[in-house]
Amino acid sequence: MSRKPYVREVPKTTWYFRQGRYMRYMGREVTCIFVGAYALFLLVAIKRLSEGRAAYEAFLEGLSSPAGILFQVVTLIFVLYHATSWFNLTPKAMPVQRGEQFLPGGVIVGAHYAGWVVVSLVVLFLAGVF
Amino acid sequence: MSERQIQLEVLRYNPETDSEPRFQTYSVPCEAEWVVLDALNYVKDHLDTTLSYRWSCHMAVCGSCGMMINGEPTLSCKAFLRDYPDTIRVEPLVHFPIERDLVTVIDDFMEKLNRVKPYLIPKEARTIAEGEYRQSPAELKRFKQYTLCINCMLCYSACPEYGLIPDFIGPAAIALAHRYNSDSRDGGREQRQQVIATKEGVWECSFVGACSEVCPKHVDPAAALQQVKIASTVDWYKEHLMPWGKS
Repeated sequence: MSRKPYVREVPKTTWYFRQGRYMRYMGREVTCIFVGAYALFLLVAIKRLSEGRAAYEAFLEGLSSPAGILFQVVTLIFVLYHATSWFNLTPKAMPVQRGEQFLPGGVIVGAHYAGWVVVSLVVLFLAGVF
Repeated sequence: MSERQIQLEVLRYNPETDSEPRFQTYSVPCEAEWVVLDALNYVKDHLDTTLSYRWSCHMAVCGSCGMMINGEPTLSCKAFLRDYPDTIRVEPLVHFPIERDLVTVIDDFMEKLNRVKPYLIPKEARTIAEGEYRQSPAELKRFKQYTLCINCMLCYSACPEYGLIPDFIGPAAIALAHRYNSDSRDGGREQRQQVIATKEGVWECSFVGACSEVCPKHVDPAAALQQVKIASTVDWYKEHLMPWGKS
């Protein structure tokens, strides 16, 4: 008897509509666009700073415009989602075994949040906030 | 015993007569405590003897009866009808070619499983007179969960990367490679790394995590793959930045 297996093609561009978990995954991945956008934004800020006081002040003024505020708020939301979704996955990638037990995932996630707070405080200190 | 009438929509494919699969609906009188596999067995015994599907143990151990049940990769012996509506759609596992009805062609997975050498390659050969390879409970704990894999391939059906890039070695095979790499008695990591620390290996994985969500034995293949990525990255740095650190 001859075989004739039937192959079901996966739609190359619409596969992630098939399941809710694929949509959540794409949601997490899409946030990287906003992380990249904010990195570009910071580079532009540095360039304006290098161009002198007038250029930098004009840049800061632009930030206070409705469009500037909207960009920052939207970016903040997506970057927070990006950071928290990755932090929540860290116990899978970095399990810590002590004797016959693994550290609870919450401890590993918590350590990442603690590290985030420390780095943020250092940045704020260097920026002269304290 | 209460009885419930279930409409079972089964994807049928007969390679001798069909050019493509088609759905066939069976009306099945089901007992309350039945699983989808019981309903399929009812069809086979009473309604249509030509229906083909794989099963063996009926207790989530053999890993044979994986199917798409309402779009979700599931062991049909573990899919209790009480958790489903009156109409249930049953299809063969996606990402695998259909051999006939609910039976898929699993050659690709078997070949990949073979490539990762999922068996103990002893670090040092011991004669029987020298005694057993000893292992502490803590050393066992390190990889124990990965030993629970039953090769049911639900993770391959859940993984969109495997669907899009069939060369991807995939969740179960890499998780099993990681299981042996993590075994204190094993010395075969270098051989397995040549297969899994590659583009078709862990680097095709983008951590969707669906494999772990559908695993009926609560193995966490996604975790294994991320751990292999980290270990492989450490290897790369050791090799390129610290040549003296190469083991």
